[in-house]
Amino acid sequence: MMQDDRRPFARKLDLKNGQVDMSHGSGGKAMAQLVEELFGAAFDNPLLARRNDQAVFDPPPGRLAVTTDSYVVSPLFFPGGDIGSLAVHGTVNDLAMAGARPLYLTAGFIIEEGFALRDLARIVASMAAAAAEAGVAIVTGDTKVVERGKGDGVFINTTGIGAVPPGVAPSGDRARPGDAVLVSGFVGDHGVAIMSTRENLSFETTIASDSAALHGLVAAMVDAVPDVHVLRDPTRGGLATTLNEIARQSGVGMLLDERAIPVRGEVAAACELLGLDPFYVANEGKLVAICAPGDAARLLDTMRGHPLGIDAAVIGTVIDDDHRFVQLQTTFGGKRIVDWLAGEQLPRIC
Amino acid sequence: MRYVDEYRDGALASRAAAAIAAEADPGRHYALMEFCGGHTHAICRYGIEDLLPPNVSMIHGPGCPVCVLPIGRLDMAIELAMRPEVILCTYGDMMRVPGRDRTSLMKAKAGGADIRMVYGSGDALRVARDNPGREVVFFAIGFETTAPTTAVALVQAAALNLRNFSVFANHVLTPSAIQAILDSPEVTATGTVRVDGFIGPGHVSTIIGSAPYERFARDYRRPIVVSGFEPLDIMQSVLMLVRQLNEGRCEVENQFSRAVSRDGNGKAQALVERVFELRDSFEWRGLGTIPDSALQIREEFADWDAERRWQLRYVPVADNRACSCAQILRGAKKPLDCAIFGTACTPENPMGSCMVSPEGSCAAYYLYGRWRDIPQQAKAG
Repeated sequence: MMQDDRRPFARKLDLKNGQVDMSHGSGGKAMAQLVEELFGAAFDNPLLARRNDQAVFDPPPGRLAVTTDSYVVSPLFFPGGDIGSLAVHGTVNDLAMAGARPLYLTAGFIIEEGFALRDLARIVASMAAAAAEAGVAIVTGDTKVVERGKGDGVFINTTGIGAVPPGVAPSGDRARPGDAVLVSGFVGDHGVAIMSTRENLSFETTIASDSAALHGLVAAMVDAVPDVHVLRDPTRGGLATTLNEIARQSGVGMLLDERAIPVRGEVAAACELLGLDPFYVANEGKLVAICAPGDAARLLDTMRGHPLGIDAAVIGTVIDDDHRFVQLQTTFGGKRIVDWLAGEQLPRIC
Repeated sequence: MRYVDEYRDGALASRAAAAIAAEADPGRHYALMEFCGGHTHAICRYGIEDLLPPNVSMIHGPGCPVCVLPIGRLDMAIELAMRPEVILCTYGDMMRVPGRDRTSLMKAKAGGADIRMVYGSGDALRVARDNPGREVVFFAIGFETTAPTTAVALVQAAALNLRNFSVFANHVLTPSAIQAILDSPEVTATGTVRVDGFIGPGHVSTIIGSAPYERFARDYRRPIVVSGFEPLDIMQSVLMLVRQLNEGRCEVENQFSRAVSRDGNGKAQALVERVFELRDSFEWRGLGTIPDSALQIREEFADWDAERRWQLRYVPVADNRACSCAQILRGAKKPLDCAIFGTACTPENPMGSCMVSPEGSCAAYYLYGRWRDIPQQAKAG
């Protein structure tokens, strides 16, 4: 067995100057070394340490939640995070939006030939730290290397498994007319942080990504209001798209109050400059909650009592609407639709 | 946001709305055309029409540079982009506009064309410097607002002797379009479109000033108020137009005085004059071929003119028959009057240009205002 071999690899991985090459994805010794010295060391836990192609564990009590997501962000490192922490937070949050306590993650890496081992190590360390903080174990994984030019540095897929406590069943189809719509904090931070570092768009801002694992906040929320109707994290497509998804799933409309929706001045300014709408800009550490009107005050208080929800706000109401429109009462006094994002948000011409 | 929020203040908006309602004569109707797509966007986005009395109506004009570019010119850009040696740099909005046979730059990109989305001509210059072995073409569109930045790129390319850079110029001129609308059969012969006054394009006037509109106010007896783009700017401009009409005046007034002067930006005008000259004629989508309505690159900068470099030839292409973009651009139809609005033509799957750019009438209306025409929805809200 490998553990019994005192010097399994002739030379240690050169994490300072080395690069990923095709051999690291070949299934041979180079890959074993990468897994051993980089992934295994960083993600160390008893299930992973067995080095099987799968993790075997006893099912926890209650119902299971499972989700998967792939992360293809550019740039890989951005103010407030990187693709590694994002790959953990995103999947943990997808579990948390079922009210689940996240337990295990898998990690699949697709790495481009020539990618610096130093950067890979940085990403892996960030993943490990994010997983430790979220209290989840990365229990199995996969590594593939693609030829130079056929990837964008590194892509990561994570799959997560979590346990849903009894009596908790948030779902996108449970919004009912009269329900309150809440958001956990300022929207648009992540997308603006990413845009500010894009090569052809760099602008000065102190906005950092809001990337964060939300299961702690959710645990407090479902503890206070077990019958929370809907939980969802407004990632790509932003708040607007998420609310439209929920409206469609539940067959309802929504009426939002623009003044109540928290948007940082800097995010609003950056969006203004680029001709973008902050309601469509991505978030990685925010959630939308919908609950019965009688539960709204308690839910809001609970959210504001958690560090990731201190800027939470009630932003609108679910209304009866066969057309499933999400409408916005503007700060200006008029009303408009907040529609699905069509294509991708594009900067204006003039 | 200082200097922005002040122009979006709800309390001030209510006061402006009350002033318009008080001054608008209930015995007459005021049909006002906002020429510029930026105004159309703001009107729909902030729900300004909710704040206007029923006898003051807005007509969306042709002022979206994406919308007025005819299919034939877009096809020329797609043809360029398909050349293996070319990197085509374009503003994002152009990517989804359908060309001939429903192709688009986005589809060409998926098919292997090297197309880069840029935020200005400076980005395109940088792409050219970074890719000396490739031919980099900047797909320049826009009104007088963006023409100076294109001119800067051409001057810089010439100064640097950047031989792998060129510009496919499609800049068009606002006064020509306003004249085309005022001369259109809908306004003159049939009278199906009534335009009592214009909200003038503020961004354009930062460059050309307000003076070029004076002849329309005088000769066509239509008041024009050059307006900023914030919702309060637009409300104030509506009020100024209502007042002029009530008083029987037809003048050019400048609401956007914080950015616009009568004579505009002389330096920018000189730069445009140095690099560009008038095209004899240019086809606009919706308005037809208009003489002296667009800019072409002067002989001095011919080496950086993509049309000459690749001997591109314009072939007119008819709009999709089901599509009413042409009438909508002239104010002769509203988006809902188009048979395919919201059905075959949506922002996800646009048939015509008006549904692509957020400044296009159909897209602005679809994205922000279509609930208005469903009475039960207005009630539910």
